Amino acid sequence: MSRPPLSKQDEGDGMTSLDLVPTNAGVDATAPLLEVRDLHVEFKVRDAVTKAVNGVNYSVNAGETLAVLGESGSGKSVTAQAIMGILDSPPGRIAKGEIFFQGQDILSLSEKERRKLRGSKMAMIFQDALSSLNPVLSVGFQLGEMFRSHLGMSRKDAKAKAIELMDRVKIPAAAARVNDYPHQFSGGMRQRIMIAMALALEPDLIIADEPTTALDVTVQAQVMDLLAELQREYNMGLILITHDLGVVADVADKIAVMYAGRIVEHAPVHELYKRPAHPYTRGLLDSIPRLDHKGHELYAIKGLPPNLQQIPPGCAFNPRCSRAQDICLTEVPALAPVTERDGTELVGRGSACHFWKETLHG
Amino acid sequence: MTELVTGTGEPTAADPTAAKQGAEPSVARVSQWADIRHRFFANKLAVVGLAIIVLLILTAVFAPLLAPHDPLRQDLNATLQSPGSGHLLGTDALGRDQLSRLIYGSRIAVIVGLASIFVALSIGIVLGALAGYFGRWVDTVIMRTADIFFAFPLLIGAIVIILLMGRGVLPVVLSLGVFQWATFARLLRSQILSVREMDFVHAAQALGASRSRIIRKHILPNSLTSVLVYGTSNVGIAIVAEASLSYLGVGVDPEVAEWGNMISAGRGFMGAKDFMWTYPSIAIVITALGFVLLGNGLRDALDPKLR
Repeated sequence: MSRPPLSKQDEGDGMTSLDLVPTNAGVDATAPLLEVRDLHVEFKVRDAVTKAVNGVNYSVNAGETLAVLGESGSGKSVTAQAIMGILDSPPGRIAKGEIFFQGQDILSLSEKERRKLRGSKMAMIFQDALSSLNPVLSVGFQLGEMFRSHLGMSRKDAKAKAIELMDRVKIPAAAARVNDYPHQFSGGMRQRIMIAMALALEPDLIIADEPTTALDVTVQAQVMDLLAELQREYNMGLILITHDLGVVADVADKIAVMYAGRIVEHAPVHELYKRPAHPYTRGLLDSIPRLDHKGHELYAIKGLPPNLQQIPPGCAFNPRCSRAQDICLTEVPALAPVTERDGTELVGRGSACHFWKETLHG
Repeated sequence: MTELVTGTGEPTAADPTAAKQGAEPSVARVSQWADIRHRFFANKLAVVGLAIIVLLILTAVFAPLLAPHDPLRQDLNATLQSPGSGHLLGTDALGRDQLSRLIYGSRIAVIVGLASIFVALSIGIVLGALAGYFGRWVDTVIMRTADIFFAFPLLIGAIVIILLMGRGVLPVVLSLGVFQWATFARLLRSQILSVREMDFVHAAQALGASRSRIIRKHILPNSLTSVLVYGTSNVGIAIVAEASLSYLGVGVDPEVAEWGNMISAGRGFMGAKDFMWTYPSIAIVITALGFVLLGNGLRDALDPKLR
């Protein structure tokens, strides 16, 4: 399999003095692939300001999958758009914060430099593949565009690459279907094509925004498996945005749960499922339908997500929270490390709840 | 099924296709154009419209062969003759052969109709695209200008320009073009406003497509269809307007064989020599109808969802 002439080795993930230092500290020695620091995004429409993202921190390493979990309006997609640089602006605006990609502060780059990153270094997969593909162009042409516009390939070579990519994402009879239009493919096949487009230039980071939400359950698993497989193969960082806890469990390494534009809890995936440290996470887990609870009423978190133009003071979750006390109405809980009962720190975990102890251990 | 096709298909595609197609059989491999063609020809009215237009254009092109007489030759010994053997559709007050004038008149109709819409579309597409894509003050300036052009009734506006430029085919084409661009600009702008928010435009952005590539490959192809369809329907309207100008005496030169001129010449003989104005009127109605039917047919064929 021929690879596009884009070598990842030149990109400062090695070959410097860092290599000489024994990297026993692991994470500290090499900067993460992507690091989001204290990101704030707001949308200003007339007089109203919608605070969509209010201080998000997360990082993803190469080969790692971060699942970002949250309801609609929790700010998970807006964060992704800010990372990609495709925020609708105006009215959207990054009010504060930094985004480092491969050690580079990408918010300080010019629009042209950002555009060069998109597609070649970082790419995005959207929810609805039918509407994300141009209906008047054949899929082969759209796949080929990646090579033609980024690498200046000829039409013919680009088409050959397109067929190769379609084979890669396991579309049957790729050579025969390369000239077909998006509407001639099934939903799963279309999402495969979107994945192929995102992977075309072997980016280092993929953001998948609810990639399987529009698909049948059986197809969901296939597409997720494919995505996970390709991610391992290319050693990419993957941010998986979803509201579906089921999708996350198998593929993610760690999870960040978002609520009202903040991360309320983060943890390695299995620990989060076993022992949530935030009442909201607990509520999400409890509201998954379970076979062994047949006949019981399904749990639902009461209330509605907050209006992002008027986020309640204190903890944004307090109106819906069963543990809420006076402190929750006034003080915003910081995202703090959580520990076992005996005080040993739980690595990679954090919760933004005044009562995480009670939630975790209680 | 597949085996039968492999012989004629692309040699590179043939083998893996035959093997793998078992997994996903019977996918109709029809090209988009074949699809559109099929839908168009399945629509009887569209075919009628197309036939009328083809006939009109053939008449215009081969007018010298079809016309029995010189449309400009006056025969003062045979004026105002009723339709009959010598002159199939009679003669006018100057003894000119009505049928020949009708046939030659199709030339002016076709030329002015198509050219004025071409002018209107050119201006409208450029300005509409600028307004729709860039928005803000560009949008405001262009759309308020369009409003000004909207405020003029088509004929009144055209007459003003013709008064400034003088009579003739070119002034008629330009004046009709200049006073119709605003509709196309508005239509294209609104299309672009909706298309540029579509997911595939965001997706193209997220995959690093440049601004000009997004406009050319993603936004325009998805916005232009309805503008072009509307343009087709409007050719008929332009032809009616052109004939009206000539009828009012501000169109092409009164000598010229042209439908509006013919109706105008027959005006004085209404009730007595009705053949003088009925035939050119029928020609105008059928032509306008043809373009409207063609436009509707194209719309339905290009976007079946719109119906």
